[in-house]
Amino acid sequence: MPNYSWPPMTTRKAIGQRLTRHDGIEKASGRAKYNSDLNKQDLLYGVLLTSPYAHARIRSIDTSAAERVPGVTAVTVIVKAGEEVNWQSQEIAAVAATSEQAARDGVRAIKIDFEVLPHVVREEDLSKVGNRATPAGEQVTGDPEKAFKEAEVSAEGQYGIPVLTHCCLEPHGQIVQWTPSGVNYWPSTQNVSGIGPDLAKNLEIPATQVKVHQDHIGGGFGSKFASDRWGLEAARLSKASGGRPVKLFLDRATELNIAGNRPSAFAKIKMAAKRDGTITGWESTSWATGGMSGGGMPPLPYVFTNIPNKRLNHSAVKTNGGPLRAWRAPNHPQASFLTCAAVEDLAAKLGMDPIEVFLKNLQWAPEARRESYAHQFKKAAEMAEWSKRWHRRGDSGSGNIKRGLGVGICTWGGAGHLSNCRATIHPDGSVQIELGSQDLGTGTRTIIAQVAAETYGLPVEAVKVSLGDNAFPASNASGGSTTVGGVCSSTRIATVNALEKLFEQVATGLNTTPDKLEAVGGKIQVKGDAAKSLTWAAACKKLGTQSITEMGQNDPKNPKGLNTQGVAGVQIADVSVDVETGVVKMNRMVAVQDCGLVVNPRLAESQVLGACIMSICGALMEERIMDARTGRVLNPDMEFYKLAGAADIGEILVHMDIREENDKRGIIGLGEPPTVGGIAAIANAVANAIGVRVPMVPLTPDRVLMALEEKRSA
Amino acid sequence: MSKHHDELDEKAHPNSGFSRRGFLRGVGVTSGALGGAILTEEEAEAAQSAATPSGPAAVPITLTVNGKPQKLTVEPRVTLLDACRTQLDLTGAKRVCDRGTCGACTMIMNGKVVYSCTVLAIDAQGKQISTIESLTVAGKAHPVSQAFVKNDAQQCGYCTPGFVMATKGYLDRNPAPTTEEQAGKALGGNLCRCGTYVGVRKAVIEAAKAMKGAKNA
Amino acid sequence: MQAFEYANPTTVKDAIALLSDDAAVLAGGTDLISMMKEYLATPKRLVNIKSIKELGGIAKAGGGLRIGATATFDELATSTLVRTEYPSLQQAALGVTSPQIRNMGTVGGDLLQRPRCWYFRNGFGILGKDKDGTSLAPIGENRYHAIFPKGDAYYVNPSSLAPALIALGAKAKIAGPNGNREVGIDELYVIPGTNSGRELSLQPNEILTEIVVPAARGTKNATYEVRHKEALDWPLATASVALQMKGTSIAKASIVLGHVGPTPVMAAAAANALTGKTLSADLATEAGRLAVEGANPMSGNTYKLQLVRTAVKRAIMQAGGIKA
Ligand SMILES: Cc1cc2nc3c(=O)[nH]c(=O)nc-3n(C[C@H](O)[C@H](O)[C@H](O)COP(=O)(O)OP(=O)(O)OC[C@H]3O[C@@H](n4cnc5c(N)ncnc54)[C@H](O)[C@@H]3O)c2cc1C
Ligand code: FES
Ligand code: FES
Repeated sequence: MPNYSWPPMTTRKAIGQRLTRHDGIEKASGRAKYNSDLNKQDLLYGVLLTSPYAHARIRSIDTSAAERVPGVTAVTVIVKAGEEVNWQSQEIAAVAATSEQAARDGVRAIKIDFEVLPHVVREEDLSKVGNRATPAGEQVTGDPEKAFKEAEVSAEGQYGIPVLTHCCLEPHGQIVQWTPSGVNYWPSTQNVSGIGPDLAKNLEIPATQVKVHQDHIGGGFGSKFASDRWGLEAARLSKASGGRPVKLFLDRATELNIAGNRPSAFAKIKMAAKRDGTITGWESTSWATGGMSGGGMPPLPYVFTNIPNKRLNHSAVKTNGGPLRAWRAPNHPQASFLTCAAVEDLAAKLGMDPIEVFLKNLQWAPEARRESYAHQFKKAAEMAEWSKRWHRRGDSGSGNIKRGLGVGICTWGGAGHLSNCRATIHPDGSVQIELGSQDLGTGTRTIIAQVAAETYGLPVEAVKVSLGDNAFPASNASGGSTTVGGVCSSTRIATVNALEKLFEQVATGLNTTPDKLEAVGGKIQVKGDAAKSLTWAAACKKLGTQSITEMGQNDPKNPKGLNTQGVAGVQIADVSVDVETGVVKMNRMVAVQDCGLVVNPRLAESQVLGACIMSICGALMEERIMDARTGRVLNPDMEFYKLAGAADIGEILVHMDIREENDKRGIIGLGEPPTVGGIAAIANAVANAIGVRVPMVPLTPDRVLMALEEKRSA
Repeated sequence: MSKHHDELDEKAHPNSGFSRRGFLRGVGVTSGALGGAILTEEEAEAAQSAATPSGPAAVPITLTVNGKPQKLTVEPRVTLLDACRTQLDLTGAKRVCDRGTCGACTMIMNGKVVYSCTVLAIDAQGKQISTIESLTVAGKAHPVSQAFVKNDAQQCGYCTPGFVMATKGYLDRNPAPTTEEQAGKALGGNLCRCGTYVGVRKAVIEAAKAMKGAKNA
Repeated sequence: MQAFEYANPTTVKDAIALLSDDAAVLAGGTDLISMMKEYLATPKRLVNIKSIKELGGIAKAGGGLRIGATATFDELATSTLVRTEYPSLQQAALGVTSPQIRNMGTVGGDLLQRPRCWYFRNGFGILGKDKDGTSLAPIGENRYHAIFPKGDAYYVNPSSLAPALIALGAKAKIAGPNGNREVGIDELYVIPGTNSGRELSLQPNEILTEIVVPAARGTKNATYEVRHKEALDWPLATASVALQMKGTSIAKASIVLGHVGPTPVMAAAAANALTGKTLSADLATEAGRLAVEGANPMSGNTYKLQLVRTAVKRAIMQAGGIKA
């Protein structure tokens, strides 16, 4: 069997290079075409009519006036008379027309008589949600009662993190064209190979009849896997309009209301501990919502899963809000925040340095990660000047600006997904890689090219990578940080297979056998004897008219040592709080992250930088705000659904934990883990700065000032 | 064309106290100073619309986009962004918030950055509009675009054209920012969800240097 | 957006003739176009006023300043005259941290933009009431709402320029079918009598033509805004102060608060406390304390009391050049 394993760190040429991204200039010059950019011949525009109410029954719906609006070509009804809608912006009907304006006029002309029904949209106070809470059943490990009775110290607190929305800048949506032989589909998706069958299932046509193409996607973050109601409706509108293509992308308010959100998480947490900081017991009562399906329990206690005595209770709260979707590291940021905040509060109570408390309790973390955390805490502390800047909680001087430091941690799986790759070597020397995968902006195209270039001993620019079409060999969706491991491994296997074939063709000419050949520096040569060589071009010429095409598959059950799972990361935040205004300013964020073998450190760092910035948004600004009485989302816009800007983030330092011992584990996914620890770190830094825990994120001026006020009056 | 008008206007009102910019906004409509001047087609259209309201049905308009006059037919309610994206296939500028908040639709109009989602196409007649597409000249990317690539100031890239245009607009007026903090503040009208600001701030400073270098060379 | 016709007059007279109850004035469009996209404004005609030359520009007038209604934030922020004599205005203009909005948004549009109350913007009317007449803000989400509500008006006046202009004693010139009138900037705002009413005193067929700001020589002025974000965002509370100095003591003070009431709020007690005194940090703190007298916060916006205290203190210190 050919040797697929990664070349040793020291001899790699393309892998490990800090290259800029393959499609960078296309994007930065505005040439890159996203599917929302396409103007197809005879294009129609689709617009959804959505519910203004959080819960209502439709008594009647009349689309006749809409059908008469000039330009309107088709109207479809999704929720019929007698049926209910269960959240604001739920899809009710759709209109296609020759212009977007006409389609909107059509939507306005639809008459609906609603019977408004009672709703529950807020969950922060569990006592007020009535029968909407479903307890998951208590989980007990060890003897928590005894642990608390014998505890030298105990600490407790209540913490909350609200529902966030993905807010992908390219909204969800697609162009669909219905033809007699099948459907042409241009979605915005993280799932090029899987979304076609999904649409086909909804349309009740064979999966082979859906052609999917997407060159670029403007953000997904876990929310763009399925074809969704709007995909189906666009197809129906196209069919009803004689097969003209229909473009239907959500407007921003609908996007924020129904195109996915990250569930909230609230918890009352109690910890028993020894005076030296060792945690001996954990009790948590948590609840969460992510719409009508409730919200699952975040993995508590986070990382310190082996705390010997635990009692866990959780309730899923059903609320009339848009449905949850996977959001970068589902449930981990919530779990990290809840756990790290509780640990920090315990440390403060003990008057201890929280890093010491974290280290002390690494004994409860999975054994495989302990060394990593210990190493990373040390590195992160160094980068954040912890020993110089950290002080006891609240010991931040008498001025109005209080500075503080805090820490948060992450873990994640990230094994490579099922991925197929086709590698082709042409007689003219050109090489091509094809996968039914997608580049979410993580740099997938670029790293695939690096892997192929490494195998072939060619410059990275020589590799043509084609993604984004379901005619290419299938790769799984990009979710769960599984892409980098999956596509790099399948590419490695396919290119090694192709190279073997090339060796077979040229070995005799070089008076040797294929197993004695290697590809380096643009040549095929006898191992260790550079004199006996052919240039890559000359070698390929020997193929005559026949290209080599080989497949490679990453089989998650047998990844051949190319990829694996399980990472650790530590983040430290350094903030200043103006205690006269409650405004929190980021000074610095430090992230130390491992992800096994790093194919492109620059792109890896970009992932971590972006994740830190998302954490800053989540810790300080972002939240979906629901109105209890009207059931409305009050901020489905980018004005009051606040995101940080370029001047709001301070300095961010990233250290990729690239070490021999991490590298030899193979590739591990990175998209998600660095999004996990930041909110915890920032919230802890604020507590450290102002001397009191702000129980609920985001740490907006009102919440910060309220916490200070309570501390003053306590 | 607009230069010609500036001169005319300034001659006509030497010390009026109106800023040049005030006049620029007036370009394209008949004024006393323009009485005898020969109107271009665009101005004729605009002048017409001054006398009587146009619409609500679609009306012919001329936009000067990337230096070229473009004839379109739009309803008055169509925004500059939508007109460029759907009728001119200039899709670099993106529609994200569609409410003048996020900057993804940024274009430069008469030398200044604007949110094109919040400008009516009909209201943009007579203005010099430049979109990100104009930044590539003879196949060569603009120094700002290049700096974005070099500093990996993009991930999904959907916000990027807006950031590039905002950066260009900023550097045209402030050619020598020195700190990343200044750069960050200058881009207060643009948002990115993927979190590319660290690269963006570096790119601004680097592009400033490259553009200065190009000018001095 | 509902379809409409567009007119592009070049004179104020023509513009007024084109206006009616069903028409709207289009300036920079940064608020109006968004309102129209939400169908919160459904004019049948838009009258663009940016082609009317006499409405533009910023210039010295008398001893003071004349600001055309269509002068932009950017013109205000980059005017040397404004920077040297009216720093409070420049600071307010720069508080809008988006260059795009500064290039598009006009002074007239800023003063006459509609409130951002999320109940209003969600279609619950200017007073934000449910069908049965219940005011939504007091029982709902009111973190950005008024701590000086008036009647059942809980929204806040959105204008960043209004507090500064009022503190400086500016007047607005208004042209209408029956001629011209002049009002104080504070008089632009009224409390709507009904949920479908308007919070502006301007009639639908009137145009704000210019702002006249009195001479500010010898006046120390400053604006301090508390903002959550550096990137484009709304102030949570604003204080704008103008201090007429007599030697080292304050002859007369004006302190106006923004984003805390349905109209800009005159902090008279705070201003009076400064009269005849010499500027100091303690005096500024005292003024801040007095500025929240009479406030009536709701469940979620008590924190704005603290913000007002801070904004007033810091604005005074900034005006007086006192270091914290
Ligand atoms: C995210 C965001 C943050 C913002 N933050 C701030 C902020 O911090 N502070 C702030 O002040 N503003 C802020 N703004 C609002 C912005 O400043 C206003 O939208 C702008 O000033 C309006 O000016 P315009 O010329 O675009 O007005 P338009 O949108 O053209 O007009 C606004 C209204 O005034 C009427 N009108 C305009 N001019 C006249 C006139 N001369 N005579 C009669 N009627 C007229 C119009 O009919 C319309 O009803 C923000 C906006 C956004 C989107
Ligand atoms: S799309 Fe225009 S500002 Fe967001
Ligand atoms: S790069 Fe994706 S939003 Fe900015």
